[in-house]
Amino acid sequence: MSLWSRKRDKEFPDFWKDYLSLFNNNYQKSPIESVRFVAFDTETTGFDYLDDRILSIGAVAINRLAIDVPDQLELYLEQDVFNSDTVEIHGIRRNNNFKVVSESEAIESFLKYIGNSILIAHHADFDRRMINKALQRQGLGELKNKFLDTGSLFGKTKHPVYRSYRKHTHYSLDELCDDLKISKSDRHTASGDAFITALAFLKIIVKLKIDKIDSVSILF
Amino acid sequence: MKNTIAERIQDFLKEFPPFSMLEKDELLMISGQIRVMYLEKGTYVFEQDQSCHDEFYIVREGAIGLYRTTKNDQDLVDICDSGDLFGLRIMIIKKDYRMSAKADEESIVYAIPSSIFKPVIDENREVNKFLLETFAAHARNYYTETEKGDRIDNTISIDTAKDLSTLRTISYRKKPLFCQPTSIVKDVALQMNTHKVNSIVVVDENKYPLGIITDSDLRAKIATGLFSSGSVVTEIMTTPVKTYSKKLTIAEAQIALIKNSISHLCITKDGTRNSKLVGVFSNHDLLVSFGNNPSVLIKEIKRVKKIQRLRYIRKQVQKLLETYLEQDIPTMHILNLISEINDALVVRTIEISLKEMPSPPPVKFSFLVLGSQGRREQLLITDQDNAIVFEDVRKEDYELTKNYFLELARQITKGLHTIGFEYCPAEMMASNARWCMSLSEWETQFKGWMTSSTEESTLLSSIFFDFQLVYGDSDMVNQLSNVVFDGVNKSNRFLALLGVNALQKPSPLGFFKQFLVEQNGEHKDTFDIKTRAMMVLIDSARILALYHNLKGINNTLLRYETLAELEPNNKELFESCAKAFRVLLKFRTRQGLIHKDSGRFIKLNTLSKKDKLKLKRCFKPIKDIQELLGVRFQLKTFM
Repeated sequence: MSLWSRKRDKEFPDFWKDYLSLFNNNYQKSPIESVRFVAFDTETTGFDYLDDRILSIGAVAINRLAIDVPDQLELYLEQDVFNSDTVEIHGIRRNNNFKVVSESEAIESFLKYIGNSILIAHHADFDRRMINKALQRQGLGELKNKFLDTGSLFGKTKHPVYRSYRKHTHYSLDELCDDLKISKSDRHTASGDAFITALAFLKIIVKLKIDKIDSVSILF
Repeated sequence: MKNTIAERIQDFLKEFPPFSMLEKDELLMISGQIRVMYLEKGTYVFEQDQSCHDEFYIVREGAIGLYRTTKNDQDLVDICDSGDLFGLRIMIIKKDYRMSAKADEESIVYAIPSSIFKPVIDENREVNKFLLETFAAHARNYYTETEKGDRIDNTISIDTAKDLSTLRTISYRKKPLFCQPTSIVKDVALQMNTHKVNSIVVVDENKYPLGIITDSDLRAKIATGLFSSGSVVTEIMTTPVKTYSKKLTIAEAQIALIKNSISHLCITKDGTRNSKLVGVFSNHDLLVSFGNNPSVLIKEIKRVKKIQRLRYIRKQVQKLLETYLEQDIPTMHILNLISEINDALVVRTIEISLKEMPSPPPVKFSFLVLGSQGRREQLLITDQDNAIVFEDVRKEDYELTKNYFLELARQITKGLHTIGFEYCPAEMMASNARWCMSLSEWETQFKGWMTSSTEESTLLSSIFFDFQLVYGDSDMVNQLSNVVFDGVNKSNRFLALLGVNALQKPSPLGFFKQFLVEQNGEHKDTFDIKTRAMMVLIDSARILALYHNLKGINNTLLRYETLAELEPNNKELFESCAKAFRVLLKFRTRQGLIHKDSGRFIKLNTLSKKDKLKLKRCFKPIKDIQELLGVRFQLKTFM
């Protein structure tokens, strides 16, 4: 095992090693306002972790508890696997007229961008798995970042009684938008959803009466 | 690189000045540099006296209130809603904030880094001008709060800042006092005193300005004993002076005064110090140029496209009212101005509502305001009482017509509610099917009230007979008032009934000459100035006006003044009634402004001895007028 791992270690690209090295610090005690969060969303060719691929990644950072527009990332990926069923929803076509990058380039940019920030996504499990699958295809390990799911955070804002009435505990991003009065103008683009997720996160924090000086650990 | 988020932000920004003045690429670049803040209600974006953030703000959603804190008070200076800019101080003077910005409701705000926007301002003259304007509009409020406590609030809106033409050049004092450098302070002070001005410019032999002496120099340097009054002016003058050319705009002048924290600017021929003095522009001139002008407000009302904006203007009116009361402007004058503005607000609301209707009105109609607004006595914003009269139509068209006007009325009353005229708790509004009727229905209704003698009919007629047309057809309204006067002429019985009603109002004072306070309910232990004092005067005036067939005079004060002319033997009484009413109205308005309510219920323990005496003096004419009514209509037999 150790031999195998050492051998692989040599082959890891620098950006991966840099990424891993960021996780030595523990910022669990840091106040929320000093922590960088990255809200992101992936648009994919479908919902199958194995067969489907990431079409685009949109991400935007939250610094000092405000959405920091200059600190954002928007990537469109080259496609080999292509599922025409989902094109309608996302509006992304193969070889669209904006710049596309390879999966490996995308992964490198993404890792450099997120660093050790806390990642926020709606139904985060799905996005995490899609990214991890892509990492695996590139021969890399899984994401090390802490994850927050706006779906389950939102659930915490609901009264326990209400929660028990609900059949399912999943809240769709549309439901979230309606409840939190967020404009849905950019739904179904990765960046648009990332932005909405970021805004939802800021609103949920207020609803949960979390203060900017509370430590990050309160969120988990 | 594609940047969807920046594009969306750009889509929003491009709708609003100054961003609308920028090229697409430039705006996209700026849009990519902003921060998006979410603020729950009550959170501060910045606070007064904090050092300036290196960004300014535009409201995306919600409302940000700008507040100015004085010793114990927090005054609302302005409310910024979607598209409004605030926190511009960083772009102009980089000093500490002079106001606090607080979310009045949950809001989303874009923060634009000043470093990104600086180059834009430097390059784009139009943008530069706009920012100066906006800043000036916000700054005006605190700026006009002088040490003496004078306050003229005139923040209207960014739009109005333009309307007030702060871009127009200043009008300055063209013959400023000036003196030689060798003059003696005492002589100069005497000169200032004779001319009643607060500054004198020290000039050299070419009449180039060397320095200036203002009241505050005299205060700080002579009165304190620092210098003797026999000193030479050059010892105490402020030098060098700030000089500008006469092409200075009002907005620029304002910025110049604030930026340098000075009270006077010297105007010279070419704008430099080495040029002949032609005038002086002071703080005071600035106030004058803003002009506390209700006609500006009315003009603004007429231009407004959104009800929300009207609400904002109504708040400004409230401030104007405060100023008027402080300045002891004659009540009748205040009443006229405020009524005029209120009418304009209603008219605009109707116009906007009509636009939102799917079709134009099927027949002619009149929109009436009732009660205090109808009498044009509404200073504080209170409940709305209104009604609609529409032309008679064929029976088969009636249903449709009525429904049209009810829907219109719903729009109007909703709009008025937004502005701040609360819904009438008794539903005396045009949106109530009872008060949205055809002309002949109204005639029947009026006749019915005048012949029946129930308590309700007297109450309703006392409200509805003080009607005033604000919008629509005047013929129908005249016809209605004819019905009323015809009815009165046929029998005095109706007047007698109204009289009984007026006499039944409880006396303001008890046996021991103590104020009678409310015994129970929400307002326990307060004095009801409306029912116990003002209503009697209002009701009596109405009865006597009907008695004398005084058509078209709804205002209580006017009624008494006219009555005084008609009945010279009661002149004194009517005049004292008018006076009492004026005092009570002012009193109530002040109370209302202090407590931010209708001012109707007065807590006695908050009144000073002087106030109590003032009130008591008003009660004598109330008692006298009740007696007069009793005798005239032989009311004893009815009671």
